[in-house]
Amino acid sequence: MNWIADFFSTLLSTIKDVLPIAVIIFGFQFLVIRRSINNFPKVMMGFALVILGLSFFLLGLEKALFPVGKLMAEQLTSINSGSSENSFLWVYLFAFSIGASTTIAEPSLIAVALKANQVSGGTISVWGLRIAVAIGVAMGIALGSWRIVSGYPIHWFIITGYMIVVVQTYFAPKLIVPLAYDSGGVTTSTVTVPLVAALGLGLAENIPGRSPLIDGFGLIAFASLFPMITVMAYAQLSQRKSKEQSPDSENQTESTQLKGENS
Amino acid sequence: MKALIKSLTGSVRDLLPIILVIAFFQAAVLQQPLPHVLEILLGALMVVIGLTLFIQGLEMGLFPVGESMAFSFARKGSLFWLLVFSFSLGFGTTVAEPALIAVSAEAAHVAAEGGMIEDSPVAQENYAFGLRMTVAASVGLAILIGVLRILKGWPIQYLIIGGYIAVIVITMFAPKEIIGIAYDSGGVTTSTITVPLVTALGVGLASSIKGRNPMIDGFGLIAFASLTPMIFVMIYGIVL
Repeated sequence: MNWIADFFSTLLSTIKDVLPIAVIIFGFQFLVIRRSINNFPKVMMGFALVILGLSFFLLGLEKALFPVGKLMAEQLTSINSGSSENSFLWVYLFAFSIGASTTIAEPSLIAVALKANQVSGGTISVWGLRIAVAIGVAMGIALGSWRIVSGYPIHWFIITGYMIVVVQTYFAPKLIVPLAYDSGGVTTSTVTVPLVAALGLGLAENIPGRSPLIDGFGLIAFASLFPMITVMAYAQLSQRKSKEQSPDSENQTESTQLKGENS
Repeated sequence: MKALIKSLTGSVRDLLPIILVIAFFQAAVLQQPLPHVLEILLGALMVVIGLTLFIQGLEMGLFPVGESMAFSFARKGSLFWLLVFSFSLGFGTTVAEPALIAVSAEAAHVAAEGGMIEDSPVAQENYAFGLRMTVAASVGLAILIGVLRILKGWPIQYLIIGGYIAVIVITMFAPKEIIGIAYDSGGVTTSTITVPLVTALGVGLASSIKGRNPMIDGFGLIAFASLTPMIFVMIYGIVL
């Protein structure tokens, strides 16, 4: 069983990642602010839990999910090589669903959603935001895969996407704009990147005339662009629906979500 | 105990979509038996435990520290130290990021093949080190600008849209080999520990300064941190 040895090496590298952050925080705390931290033992316990949790999380991903995900990405892309373009439908569907499901499990997105829920006093629901971001990443990766297959230049998509973002910024509720911008950067983190990169490289290798170096990357750029669009769209939709309804109900977001499911 | 079970089931629910997607494609499309089922289940269990501990630690450690530092800096009223802290936080969390180290080593390799730098290990190492420092400094600068924006109450959209226009303009002048790496470097800078800390810092600052709305002014630091590396990495490619 080499799991235990692997666990300790993952733990060590997580500690190495956290160390510079801890040095900066506690350095400033003691040298500049010169006040002790409230509830210091609890905070230290929290840091220990974060390190321990991340190590478990990364080890589990590396041992189980990444190998399977990568294997599937390779198999799916290779059974399609040489056949007609329609058979790539399964690849696009895989791209969409793997993008959505990995985003739901992304720890940094959970952190931002918890904070946004707390700050907005509950108007932005944790799950509403996470699902909006997940749909954005899913659309981005599906479209990005189609781009690799079709071979259109990446700039067209990215520049068009940013134009949509600019237009939406003027019409979206003001409160959501900074959060929407943030959700672009948050999504490309621990879980999504390795699986998506494997998918992109597999596609580029199996399609004649594509270079893994130029076409294989770039899916990440799609994955961080589309959440901005969907998060703003989510806010626009829930604002419009709550306007239609009586404005005095407390559970506006919940009831609009229910309404959306029924229709 | 009850809370623990609740958060464990929460983590299971977070992971369930991935398992369903993999199971569906394995059974319906690929129609092959899954190798090492036991190992995969064990790994999934570790992911669930890890996610539960992480979220617990988030609420106990990272969020309170980020917020209490923001409050202390706001009370102390020293703009200089707040900005020094912002820059160090951005720089320090990025410079040791494993993803960044991997990307910059790869970039040096590409640059050497493209004839942009001398094809020797020393030249490649120097190039990779320079690139890492560039990205780390640009993230430090991003947090600094983002914090300054919270203090002054500048509207975020002009800064971000201006930044993206700059990205598009610089893309036209940058060497082709560096563009992909530059776009990727924007995504690799924001790690799982940095995001909660920086979010708590921004929200804490915005709620402790009079006249700032934590929703409008508190968020947005991450957006800056994923924008500036693109600009600076392309400039790095142009200058060298």
